[in-house]
Amino acid sequence: MNYNHLSTIQLDALREIGNIGAGNAATSMSKLINEKIDMQVPNVSIIEFDEVMDMIGGAESLVVAILFQIQGEAPGMVYLLFTVDEAESLVKHITSNSKQRLFHEDGTCNDFAISALKETGNILAGSYLSALSDFTNLNMNTSIPHFSVDMAGAILSVGLLEISHATDYAIIIDTKINDANLKNGINGQFLFLPGPESFEKIFRALGINENE
Amino acid sequence: MNEIKSIVKVGIADVNIVTAPNTIRTTGLGSCVGIVIYDLPKKTAGLAHIMLPDSNLAKQTNFNAFKYADTAIDNMMEKLLENGVRKFALKAKIAGGAQMFQFSSNDTIRIGRRNVEAVLKRLSKYHIPVVASDVGGNCGRTIDFDPDTGELKIRTVSKGEAII
Repeated sequence: MNYNHLSTIQLDALREIGNIGAGNAATSMSKLINEKIDMQVPNVSIIEFDEVMDMIGGAESLVVAILFQIQGEAPGMVYLLFTVDEAESLVKHITSNSKQRLFHEDGTCNDFAISALKETGNILAGSYLSALSDFTNLNMNTSIPHFSVDMAGAILSVGLLEISHATDYAIIIDTKINDANLKNGINGQFLFLPGPESFEKIFRALGINENE
Repeated sequence: MNEIKSIVKVGIADVNIVTAPNTIRTTGLGSCVGIVIYDLPKKTAGLAHIMLPDSNLAKQTNFNAFKYADTAIDNMMEKLLENGVRKFALKAKIAGGAQMFQFSSNDTIRIGRRNVEAVLKRLSKYHIPVVASDVGGNCGRTIDFDPDTGELKIRTVSKGEAII
């Protein structure tokens, strides 16, 4: 399919998918940390690979990523992205321990904090995808959470590899959720990258004909 | 003569050529591989940032040649020769090919290693010796090459900077 010729209806459908998924995830997050969580209107971008990196601050910017592979009828990937500060405030909040950091002073990973983050990611991505799966009636399973703190380019290219055999563009459904009480600074960003073969299935499941 | 140095940027799935005093950079290499081919006396170098090993895997008819190790190196060689490098003087340095996430079972898992293998194979086809490399591992790399000194500077988040 040609990525550059999505109709307005198709784009709207993808935006709605981001909306439903992130809405559900925001509710889970709100329950988890017992705070009000806001979400922004999702953004659907059809962009070149380089622009994907720019979306989250350039290929070299440091991000905390929890990556899930989606298996099933509509394969793809979901990233949950935080800055290091955001990830740390989330860990502190969840563990009710203001001393938790992502790294120990000697630079090694704090396994406890990372494990807490992974589990949080699991819950959030799980609610994101189960909402999608219910909405589209397509079977989608998530993999275990994969965690990394590194350069955005190195992390995001993993998701782009899957689609790069078929295209030079990525369709990214991008939704930000944030703590309504901003001083806590818990923001997260969902990037949903459906695989190239998944779009048709998603559109068909929603009753949208390709040529509409 | 006071020349102003600038940094030539190479994006993902991209190729560019540089001559001294300028330097060339690509950022955020994960499983992708950065390939520098240079002619030190001529102070000219090319840098490619490839994503995938083999253009035969392409499912597109009209693909970006810079995305694949084989076609990107072919293309970079043409550009380098247009810029007056001498084949016998060419050397290569490579970096990248990491495995960012530990996936359980999937073809993507070893893409970094497959990229590196494909790059080495293509370079040997041109009889270009790889004089230094920093590949594998599980961290992202940003690389800068200075065609004046032939030094490749590698920056990672956890291990700081190294020069090869």
